[in-house]
Formats: sequence, C-alpha cells, structure tokens
Amino acid sequence: MLVVDNICAAYGAIEVLHGISLRVEQGEIVTLIGANGAGKTTTLTCISGLHKPKSGRVTFEGKELVPVPCHDIVRLGIAHSPEGRRVFPRLTVAENLELGAYIRHDKDGIARDYQRIYDLFPVLRERQQQLAGTLSGGEQQMLAVGRAMMAQPRLLLLDEPSLGLAPLIVKRIFEVILELNRLGTTVLLVEQNARMALRIAHRGYVLETGQVIAQGTGAELLADPKVQAAYLGE
Amino acid sequence: MFETVAQQLIIGLTNGMVFALVALGYTMVYGILEFINFAHGDVFMLSAFFALTLVGVIDVGQFHGPMLAVLLCGIVIASAGFGAVVNLSIDRLVYRPLRKSPKLAPLVSAIGVSFLLQNIGLIWGALPLAVFGGGGQPAAPKSFPQLLPSDNLLGAGSGLTLQIKDVLVIGASLAVMTALYLLVTRTKLGKAMRATAQDPQAARLMGIDTDQVVAATFLVGGGLAGFAAVIYALYINTVYYQMGYQNGLYAFTAAVVGGIGNIPGAVLGGLLLGLVRAFSDQFIGAQWQPAVLFGILIVILVFRPAGLLGSTAREKV
Ligand SMILES: Nc1ncnc2c1ncn2[C@@H]1O[C@H](COP(=O)(O)OP(=O)(O)OP(=O)(O)O)[C@@H](O)[C@H]1O
Ligand SMILES: [Mg+2]
Repeated sequence: MLVVDNICAAYGAIEVLHGISLRVEQGEIVTLIGANGAGKTTTLTCISGLHKPKSGRVTFEGKELVPVPCHDIVRLGIAHSPEGRRVFPRLTVAENLELGAYIRHDKDGIARDYQRIYDLFPVLRERQQQLAGTLSGGEQQMLAVGRAMMAQPRLLLLDEPSLGLAPLIVKRIFEVILELNRLGTTVLLVEQNARMALRIAHRGYVLETGQVIAQGTGAELLADPKVQAAYLGE
Repeated sequence: MFETVAQQLIIGLTNGMVFALVALGYTMVYGILEFINFAHGDVFMLSAFFALTLVGVIDVGQFHGPMLAVLLCGIVIASAGFGAVVNLSIDRLVYRPLRKSPKLAPLVSAIGVSFLLQNIGLIWGALPLAVFGGGGQPAAPKSFPQLLPSDNLLGAGSGLTLQIKDVLVIGASLAVMTALYLLVTRTKLGKAMRATAQDPQAARLMGIDTDQVVAATFLVGGGLAGFAAVIYALYINTVYYQMGYQNGLYAFTAAVVGGIGNIPGAVLGGLLLGLVRAFSDQFIGAQWQPAVLFGILIVILVFRPAGLLGSTAREKV
C-alpha cells in the first residue's frame, strides 16, 4: 500500500534521514520506534507531505507522492495526526472535527462519523462546544486522533499518540487504534512506548540516526535482545 | 452639553467605522501571516482615487434619486473589487515570493510598496480629469463631490445634526462587518482561514490549500479597504495621495489596541479610536489629537500588552 524507498531528508544543510526504506501493507499496523531524534517524525512528515525528501521515492497505492502538495495528499487517503497534537486551539472540539472532514462533501457520512468518534471518545461529546486549547492533554490527543479519522483515511499516520498521557488513557488510545484497524484502516504508528506499540503492531521498524537498523514482526522485535536493551529498558 | 457629547458620539462612530474597516485588513493578514501589510493604507487611498475617477468619468453628479443610488452602489462594489484585486496582486508579486524569507524582508518590502503606491497616487492625481482639478496639482487634496444628502434627520432647527449620510455610513459598515463575521464563523472558507491562522501546518494536513487561504485573506482585506475608501470619500469629501498614510496609521493603531490578529478586536479598536479622536478634538483641541491618541495607545498597551481582546499567551500546547 505504502512504499517508502530510500528517502533522504534534510533541514537546511543538515541531513537527518539517510536512506530510509519501509513498506506498509493494506490492513497492517506498522510501528516505527527509535530514540529521540532518530527521524521518526521526519519520516512521517515526508509521507504526508509537510516536509519533502531530498531524494528517494514515496508511493501510495502506486502513486508517487513526493510531487503532490501536502494539502492534496490527504485527498489520496492518508491522514496524519502530527507530533504534539496540533489541534486548533481557538476552535471548538466540533469545529476541529469538522476541519478533519474538510476534504469530504458527504454530509450524512460526516454526521455519522462525528457520532462514531464521540462513541469512541465520549469525553469529546461532552466537550463539543469547548475550545480545543482548553482541553487537557489527553483530551487533545483524542481530538487529534479523531480529527485525523474524520478524513476517512485508508492509511492513518499517528505520531506519538500516547505522549504524556496517563496509563489509562494510553490504554484507551491503543484500544481505539486496534479497533480502527479491525474496521479496515491501515496504521503507521510512531511510538516512544515501544513495548505497547510492538505488542499491537503486525510489524515494526527500528530507526537510529536516520537509518533503519532493524525490522521484523512485532513479536520478533520484542524478543530481539538488542531492541530489548535499547528500547524496552531491559 | 448633551448635544455636544451626542454630536461627538455620531462623529466618532462614523469615523470609527472607517478605521475599523481598514483595521480589519491589517488584522486579518497579521492573523494569518504574522506580518504587517504596511501598504494596506495605500490600497485604501488608491481605491478612493479609483472611486473618484469613476465619479468623474460617469459624471455621477448629474444623476438624482434612485439612479444615483444605483450608481453609488455600483461604485462601492467596483471600488471594493478594485481594492481586493490590488491587494491580492501585491501579495502575489511582492510578499508571496518572500514567504520563506526572514520576517524582516516582507516587512521592509511592504514599506517600499507603500511608497510605490503613494507615487502611483501622485501620477493618478495628475490625470487631466475635471474631478482632479485638471491634474495640474497632483499632490493637492481633491474634492470628492457631495453625493449623499446631508439633510439633518432631526430637523433643520435641531441643535444636533444627524445626517442621512451618517446613518448610511454606519449602517453600511455594520452590514459589511456582519457579512464578514458570518464569512469567518460560518463558511468553510472562514473556518479554513481561522485554522490557517492558528496552525498553518496542521491546516495543510486537513487538506486546506493555505496559499489559497492567504490569497483569499488579501482579497477580503483589500475589498474592505476599498469599501472603506468610498465610505470615507463620500463622508469626508476629500481624497489625496497621503490619505492612506495617516488613516492607515490610525487603523493600524486601532488593530493593535484591539489585539492584532483579533477580528472583533479590530472593530472595537477602530470605534474606540474614532470616539477618542472626536472627543479629544472637541474637548482638548485638534492640535493634541496625535498626542492624545497615541498616549492612550501606550497606556492600553502597558496594561494589556496584547491589546484589548488579544490573548497574551499564544496557545501552543
Ligand atoms: N524543523 C527542524 N529543523 C531543524 N532540524 C530538525 C527539525 N525537525 C527535526 N530536526 C532534526 O532532525 C532530526 C530528526 O528529528 P525527528 O523529529 O524526525 O526525530 P524523532 O525520531 O521524531 O524524535 P522524537 O522521538 O524526539 O520525536 C533531529 O536531529 C532533529 O534535531
Ligand atoms: Mg518525533
């Protein structure tokens, strides 16, 4: 479904991705783990088009993404819940969700999806008219995930959805990811919380200083002594 | 005394409406690009020249009644369109190529564009048209014909003057502001504008073409300036090539007082400025006008650095 082929990316003169390659197949949950600054976020932004790689190719369902402007990539079926949540602080919860559906025109479908997201995250239903900037961190994260879902993506990019959240809410977010995947959404998940991510993922990639240093199924990576030592704190 | 106060209230409100309309253009662009379009006041000025040219070419003075009303509406719409297109073109030709440069580059360019437009105003004022006094003195103020009825609605004997044109200026301005409010809060474009202002990258992830949103913002801001220009010209009856400089400065001040980037703030700031100006002219003296206005600006900013309705902290979580 998604093929990232040997991309290099830089900020100014500093290259931070040195030839990353990875694949995500239809129906999978794939996770990207690695230390701070490894290039996980940059990899996701190179897919959603916020950042453009210097070289290499990104193809989604056979279509080359690098030349496509960011605002059109979401129209191809890729939604990105970015690092740091990035909800629109002075818009209400409902307006944030509405903007998630910016590319859609099916009024009825959109109305149904609001309810679906409010069912997944009941607290958002209670806070519909509240400004997103006044939500707690966990609530904002739920909103960020919900907003990305409103685009009805076939591929969902999630950047650290569990960052800074209480264990119970982390659990809830991971449950929702599994639920979405069960309903057919393919997920590429970046996580600091490597253990939980590898548990729910079909496959994973380990990034270190802009390169893929290991890959395998979730179970394989969980059992890999190097991964255990570096990322699972054992 | 009551009549003096009421009179200054009317004058302050009408002037304040014009400031508010121009202030909206500064604040909307600032809200999205964090950039002060210093040429905005001069778009206002050129639009007034455009309106005066139309008035002269059509010879509007010879019409009366409904025909005059229709022509005036046409001139208002055409001038708003003119302001919109000029503002959009400035963005396309000057600011957009500098979007990724350090912030100072577009700012300095905006000052340059401001002078450029003033010079265009000078050249325009030299056109040999009767409404420009033949064009012999391009820098001289040009009188804009008294087209709106100036009868006193309160009766000729009243000590208080409320002209039809006061009511028209205030009414039309309120209508335009309401339309803007609905545009920004209710429409998809308005939501895209607010999203882009708050987080342009996240807005692009939603599928919003932020370049288009910026263009739309310049278009709307320019249209408001063009509208304000005709209102001003019909009300003050003078246009000159530096009118954008002075009114632009006041409107910019209004936007800052209200909280730059904040749309209701620009309206509040504009009205406040208009009222303060009217009362200070009446009770303190016109020669003190800038001192009083900017004194109040400084006091407000000392106590509310982000302006009356501005938020002090940028809510980036
Ligand atoms: N906007 C930027 N400008 C300059 N350098 C950047 C920028 N964003 C990221 N970098 C650099 O690129 C490298 C990779 O950053 P990236 O954000 O992709 O890492 P990450 O794996 O997501 O890290 P984290 O786990 O901390 O989120 C880092 O060295 C970082 O300093
Ligand atoms: Mg990151």
